[in-house]
Amino acid sequence: MSHINEELKKRILVLDGAMGTMLQQYNFTEEDFRGERFKDYPSSLKGNNDLLSLTQPKAIAEIHAKYFEAGADIVETNTFSGTTIAMADYDMEDLVYELNFESAKIAKKVADEFTAREPHKPRFVAGSIGPTNRTASLSPDVNRPEYRAVTFDELRIAYKQQVEALIDGGCDLLLVETIFDTLNAKAALFAIEEVKEDRDIEIPIMVSGTITDASGRTLSGQTVEAFLTSVSHIPLLSVGFNCALGAQQLQPYLQRLAHLTDFYTSAHPNAGLPNAFGEYDESPKEMQGYIESYLKNNLINIIGGCCGTSPAHIKAIAEVASKYSPRTLNTVA
Amino acid sequence: MESNNPKSNQNKYLTLSGLEPLVVTPESNFINVGERTNVTGSRKFLRLIKEEKYDEALDVARDQVDGGAQIIDVNMDEGMLDGVYAMTTFLNLIASEPDISRVPIMIDSSKWEIIEAGLKVAQGKCVVNSISLKEGEAEFKRQAKLVKRYGAAVIVMAFDEVGQADTYQRRIDICKRSYDILVNEVKFAPQDIIFDPNIFPVATGMDEHRKNATDFFDATKWIRENLPYANVSGGVSNVSFSFRGNNVVREAINSAFLYHAIKSGMNIGIVNPTMLEVYDEIPKDLLEHVEDVLFDKRDDATERLLDFAETVKGTSKEKEATVLEWREKPIQERITYSLVKGLDTFIIEDIEEIRQTFDRPIEVIEGPLMVGMNVVGDLFGSGKMFLPQVVKSARVMKKAVAYLQPFIEAEKDGKQEFAGKILMATVKGDVHDIGKNIVSVVLACNNYEIVDLGVMVPPEKIIQTAIKEQVDIIGLSGLITPSLDEMVYISKEMERQGLDIPLMIGGATTSRAHSAVKIAPHYNNTVIHVNDASRAVTVVGDLLNKDNSIYKLKIREEYDKFRDQFLSRTRKKEYISIEEARQNKFKIDWETTEITKPNQLGVQVIETLDLNKLVDFIDWSPFFRSWDLHGKYPDILTDEVVGTQATELFADAKKLLQKVLDEKLLKAKAVFGLFEANTVNHDDIEVVKLVETTESLGLDSARPDSDTNNNMSPRAESRGSNENESQTYKFLSLRQQLKKREGKPNFALADFIAPKDNRIQDYMGCFCVTTGFGTKELAEQFEAENDDYNSIMIKALADRLAEAFAEYLHKEVRVKHWGYAQDENLTNDDLIKESYKGIRPAPGYPACPDHLEKKTIWKLLKVEERIGVVLTESLAMWPAASVSGYYFANPEAKYFGLGKITQDQLEDYAKRRGISIEEAEKWLSPNLTD
Repeated sequence: MSHINEELKKRILVLDGAMGTMLQQYNFTEEDFRGERFKDYPSSLKGNNDLLSLTQPKAIAEIHAKYFEAGADIVETNTFSGTTIAMADYDMEDLVYELNFESAKIAKKVADEFTAREPHKPRFVAGSIGPTNRTASLSPDVNRPEYRAVTFDELRIAYKQQVEALIDGGCDLLLVETIFDTLNAKAALFAIEEVKEDRDIEIPIMVSGTITDASGRTLSGQTVEAFLTSVSHIPLLSVGFNCALGAQQLQPYLQRLAHLTDFYTSAHPNAGLPNAFGEYDESPKEMQGYIESYLKNNLINIIGGCCGTSPAHIKAIAEVASKYSPRTLNTVA
Repeated sequence: MESNNPKSNQNKYLTLSGLEPLVVTPESNFINVGERTNVTGSRKFLRLIKEEKYDEALDVARDQVDGGAQIIDVNMDEGMLDGVYAMTTFLNLIASEPDISRVPIMIDSSKWEIIEAGLKVAQGKCVVNSISLKEGEAEFKRQAKLVKRYGAAVIVMAFDEVGQADTYQRRIDICKRSYDILVNEVKFAPQDIIFDPNIFPVATGMDEHRKNATDFFDATKWIRENLPYANVSGGVSNVSFSFRGNNVVREAINSAFLYHAIKSGMNIGIVNPTMLEVYDEIPKDLLEHVEDVLFDKRDDATERLLDFAETVKGTSKEKEATVLEWREKPIQERITYSLVKGLDTFIIEDIEEIRQTFDRPIEVIEGPLMVGMNVVGDLFGSGKMFLPQVVKSARVMKKAVAYLQPFIEAEKDGKQEFAGKILMATVKGDVHDIGKNIVSVVLACNNYEIVDLGVMVPPEKIIQTAIKEQVDIIGLSGLITPSLDEMVYISKEMERQGLDIPLMIGGATTSRAHSAVKIAPHYNNTVIHVNDASRAVTVVGDLLNKDNSIYKLKIREEYDKFRDQFLSRTRKKEYISIEEARQNKFKIDWETTEITKPNQLGVQVIETLDLNKLVDFIDWSPFFRSWDLHGKYPDILTDEVVGTQATELFADAKKLLQKVLDEKLLKAKAVFGLFEANTVNHDDIEVVKLVETTESLGLDSARPDSDTNNNMSPRAESRGSNENESQTYKFLSLRQQLKKREGKPNFALADFIAPKDNRIQDYMGCFCVTTGFGTKELAEQFEAENDDYNSIMIKALADRLAEAFAEYLHKEVRVKHWGYAQDENLTNDDLIKESYKGIRPAPGYPACPDHLEKKTIWKLLKVEERIGVVLTESLAMWPAASVSGYYFANPEAKYFGLGKITQDQLEDYAKRRGISIEEAEKWLSPNLTD
């Protein structure tokens, strides 16, 4: 799947928007989440969005299709929490392989349909690899700073399983995203390298960190530059930021990143900052304006949305992105 | 295809990260790697890690970063350490300290598993130190690939299957080969490679070493020119190794070497900044000699530097010529010379000469002598003189002052002007004064008037004297733990009585934490902990400065902050109840364990032991420590920093020791006993003393008395005072309550003795030895001769002999009197390392911090009646050079530290001991959780 590189030379690629925001509109009940297969499952399953790839595959496929229709070139698989570590909350560690495999298959099927329809605009599937709900370089217990709730090896093993399933399901690339602890991401990258070596394959990797607040650092305390340094040891397709901040607040960090890296850059910010009710209410038009500023400054190669964004946002983003040429790299590989 | 865009070249620079990035560009100055968080290079750091004092270990790291280290090297390679655990824990802790973790880590180990453990806990881009072709290409590639996958840069040693590269050609061959494998096969980023082409000592006198420096420079240059983007690093101080002991020359060599190495392209290095002279400030003649050696400019370069080194070394002893030479100099220089060198041969002569040029004799002290002592103070303050030298200087000073005294008194109002008056005292109940005396001497050297109240000084006397003498500072010292409470009490009394004098705290068990948490809050004026003599001078200087309010405020704030941090961090530890701890006791299989019945049960006395027998048992390392010289004997004698001083001190000690031996100036006495014993109620040990059976053991050997055989009867079960029956005594042990990791027991000494209900007869012993009788008289005699140096020396020696006696007696007990280790054959080193079977813990020390146990030993052995060693009210032993303790013989018995205990054990203990909780609290306070 190296031809994503070819596309990136030609234009700015558009990533999809939020999955969770779209799923909320379906108002799925506990029964819907369970479906037939898990109707007797001992723990509550409502909120386990990844599970919907098995119990509501149609809805997932619909959402992917809506984003492709809006102009997305890449959709993310519905696998943000698809590791044994994150699934432990639902006692569903054993389902991890199947969840990732099926999610990738659903997305790939939709992507292939769109590519067949519009061969000049090939569509891609990025296997979404979330941060898990534990941190490898921070202690959850302030009184025991040396303690860790998860180790590098535990993460590496969990990620490896997810990566294998995503690749088996047909992903074109992998997206290690919402990185708030760089050590977690390094474990994911380590696992990916192992899979690549085991199977003797190449697969493009996108890495996307999260700047948690105005301090301009990741949750684990790294500056933009330190974060970039810590993940640049293997060849990446792109490096960027997502989540936590809106497009406007993210720009200065993106600027620093774009200035330093020879990898392609990506961003999928939230639809602004959450309001008093925890909702994201930045309109597609507003977000489009902020993103246009990225484009004017030659900051971006891949652009999409995170929390609170919808197909309308992606449509607005795709429109404006098509008017600009992609950020040029310092080194042409 | 590469563009010429400058941005892209940026990525060809070595870039590392902690929380912040470090980019090594051609414009960067030399990158300085902090080297103190390395257990192989810093004894202090090793001790902190061994004792799991991670908070203090973090301070070492923080100091490095604050001091400008751009990377910190962390090394946990030590035989006794679990390196993987130590590396993981320490790096995890660093990750929680943003002021440290902002810089990248250099993970330093010769063991791959430790390197890998470090890589697994660091989010930033680290440097691995190091890998090489030593184990062959396959292993090299495997490690390199993993380093890359973990996202680190790497130091590659110029080392291959044959060995370490020691010529120019071997260096470049190995580096080239390593580079090609890394870049072409492993696809390692070339800018992430740092070569260490081996820095070897110069001027060793061996021909094959003559090109050591130039080969390094040339290899460095070659690497930088031929291996694109690769970096070069090295450990600099090694180059001057053959001049250890002569810091002037070492510093010159180090900095000249570094200067040229940097010019050749070395861009990273491990450098001890205190071992570096500023290149421009190296005297031109010295620099010329050094550079002759570095660049191998002449055949006799080494000889010439060696000769020249003698002239700058200044401490050269054998040269009569130099001795005469300094005698030719002006009078002030001669006096300064005598003071700095601690030479008393000419001092009276010189003082008399100069006295005649002054109107008043007092001016000799205030003038020329103080000029000289200021030089001593400056040298000491800057780490160029060591404690034993300063004490020798003080001896010269005192002799000079003593000579002047009659002349001063002959004048009416001749009075010396001091910089300040300082009261020094070892607190009530404590007899230890070596440290206090050293501080007194050092302060006296700096023109402070010392009011030394000696040892066991009651608080009223300290306060009265302070008021009467109008002292400027009060200094309190103590060694045993009850002294800590005594200091708290004194501070409260000082506050109550409205004193407004700064309080200095020092002594082995005192700490900044204790001073900040327990003393400072009670007293309004400054409370400051001073842990070594060299700091005392600065602290006193700052305290007595006219504008001291800012300094005092700073100390107060620092202690307040420290206290808050300390209190919040002590809550980190989890404790279990005493009942749970007892459930988790250390379990010995009593059915199969080895229990040997002692050959001689009962009490035995050694009236006088030939001191010569103890000499081989002396552990010298603590002796050096008492003089602030840190290092392990005998290595310390050749240590690069303190070696010369240690050797001199050792010679002086040996001389005095020989005198003690020849003239039998100290007396060695001992009493010990071996008894039937069993554990009752988990934590108590019941000891049965049979009928009073003391055997006086003539001069050296313990002879069993025919009347007192082992099967003594009758035997009374009850506690009886009748000397003709048996008596039961109880030793109370304390149990660890810190929550342990799975599988780790909560120890108490009682665990090493079979429980009574098992109906297996077990045994234990206890002892007291002393070599202190005679010390006081000798010390006073030296003091009368104005010889503080030997006065301190004799006390330090007596302490060593007492420890040696304890070691000797333990051995005698193991192989003879108890006889459970008859075949034992251990060297002195083994003894110091405590590799023998069985233990001899001492009350007041970590395994049993309860000093009250000494009272039981004293009753059981009738220590005072038999050998005259008495217990003070704080339960310190007098004479100070005494050791007491228990014997446990079980092969599974081991030393441990009690740590903190909680309220439930305290209450239980008070009940067992039959004392009030308040009293129990007083004795155990250092071990109570907050």
